Amino acid sequence: MTEEIIIAGFGGQGVLSMGKILAYAGLMEGKEVTWMPAYGPEQRGGTANVTVIVSDDPVSSPILSSYDTAIVLNQPSLEKFEPKVKPGGTLIYDGYGIPEPPTRKDIDVYRIDAMDAAAEMNLIKTFNMIVLGGLLKIHPVVGIESVLAALRKTLPERHHHLIPKNEEAIRKGMEIIKKL
Amino acid sequence: MADQEITLMKGNEAIAHAAIRCGCDGYFGYPITPQSEVLETLAEQKPWETTGMVVLQAESEVSSINMVYGGASTGKKVMTSSSSPGVSLMQEGISYMAGAELPALIVNVMRGGPGLGTIQPSQSDYFQACKGGGHGDYHLIVLAPASVQEMADFVDLAFTLAFRYRNPAMILADGAIGQMMEKVVLPPFKPRRTEEEIIKECPWATTGRIGGRKPNIITSLELRSEEMEIINLRIQAKYREIEEKEVRYEEFMLDDAEYAIVAFGSAARIAKKSIEIARAQGIKVGLLRPITLWPFPTKEVQALASRVKGILSLEINAGQMVEDIRLAVEGAVPVRHFGRLGGIIPDPDEVVDVLKRSF
Repeated sequence: MTEEIIIAGFGGQGVLSMGKILAYAGLMEGKEVTWMPAYGPEQRGGTANVTVIVSDDPVSSPILSSYDTAIVLNQPSLEKFEPKVKPGGTLIYDGYGIPEPPTRKDIDVYRIDAMDAAAEMNLIKTFNMIVLGGLLKIHPVVGIESVLAALRKTLPERHHHLIPKNEEAIRKGMEIIKKL
Repeated sequence: MADQEITLMKGNEAIAHAAIRCGCDGYFGYPITPQSEVLETLAEQKPWETTGMVVLQAESEVSSINMVYGGASTGKKVMTSSSSPGVSLMQEGISYMAGAELPALIVNVMRGGPGLGTIQPSQSDYFQACKGGGHGDYHLIVLAPASVQEMADFVDLAFTLAFRYRNPAMILADGAIGQMMEKVVLPPFKPRRTEEEIIKECPWATTGRIGGRKPNIITSLELRSEEMEIINLRIQAKYREIEEKEVRYEEFMLDDAEYAIVAFGSAARIAKKSIEIARAQGIKVGLLRPITLWPFPTKEVQALASRVKGILSLEINAGQMVEDIRLAVEGAVPVRHFGRLGGIIPDPDEVVDVLKRSF
């Protein structure tokens, strides 16, 4: 099994950290993982994306031409990465940042209104965990227990009291993702 | 952290952890994207409180490399890291170290040039790293890691080779390897050498005239041409020995290959994916990945030319290593180059298209 994922959105949405949690969870399950950010003069409001590969085998290229799954969280990212989903692959998008939805018919398209849900729950900072929950519902690349363990491992101790909130967010994401 | 713990980290972070663990005595550097995490991680780890390793942010790259010169003169295991424009600033000091035959480690996490260029990954410092870089007839031992694991492993290897041959060594990585996170098993802790061990291992070093030995002089200056030629010849003889003994490379799917890609570092990772794709389309292609860029695996590339119909040099530059491949192949088979410039990384599909068009 190899899952090649691109996560793309605005800087500040937690795109890179969501990818990191996913990669870390894969590592904890003994899988091969690569996390490759499009680093640069990134800033809040600029574009940010990260390629995460989780595999049973050694990962060849961290840089890819196409992806099994694209998670896009704003319009420019949708325009950039919708054409790069492999036929039969998956595209997940957040309705809030994307007024013009995806149009491809040869891929599975899912919508997750994570921004709205985060606002409703008054947990705006867990937006990325809601999205991650959505991904895990449709592609259980890693188990939720591994994600929670990854959070314990990567979050500084002083933030550990927020882990239940993150779990709540992940479960919310699993609930609200819907196939189009 | 346990010695054998598997962890997830960036290539730059792996360099820093590996430096502490291999018993490095001192790091002198100046921040620059995309390698700043080396210095940042060292500052976070505070090795001066544990192993006693010195970590110092100098006022410039020129200053860093001269601190490395000073530290290396005393037989200490010292290093610096930077990215392309910063490494250009260091060239005078590197040439002096090669001339004074000082062991040290220089890490270059390359970004696109020329000039200040971009902060995105590139491999356009191949010439600078492998062909001298500074003035005079000299070589660095150049290692090209292709994974975060190799970033960690090559620190100790680079120091070992540097001390074995009394020659500066370079880890030539790029922004992609520096910035990406992968699984890594950090090397076990080795203690820093004691003063006695340093005196024993480095009888040439300026360790103080204990026991009334003759003074050791570390210099690259010799105004008598006859003497200078002798020094040069000795250094050249050392280079021939390194070429003989220290070539390292990896072969991937070459057994039945009709075509070969030669690529190093992150380009080699892209090449592997391209090979998977090309083979699924019936194109028999394999990879030869030089791990030492200097000494270059000349004989191995030459041997490759008798087995394949064509060679593609995949580099993230305008064509630098391709010259060494052509020198090795001597026209036996067509040698093509493909690369992207200015911080753009070629993608695997693009490389497959080039393969199809090239031969």
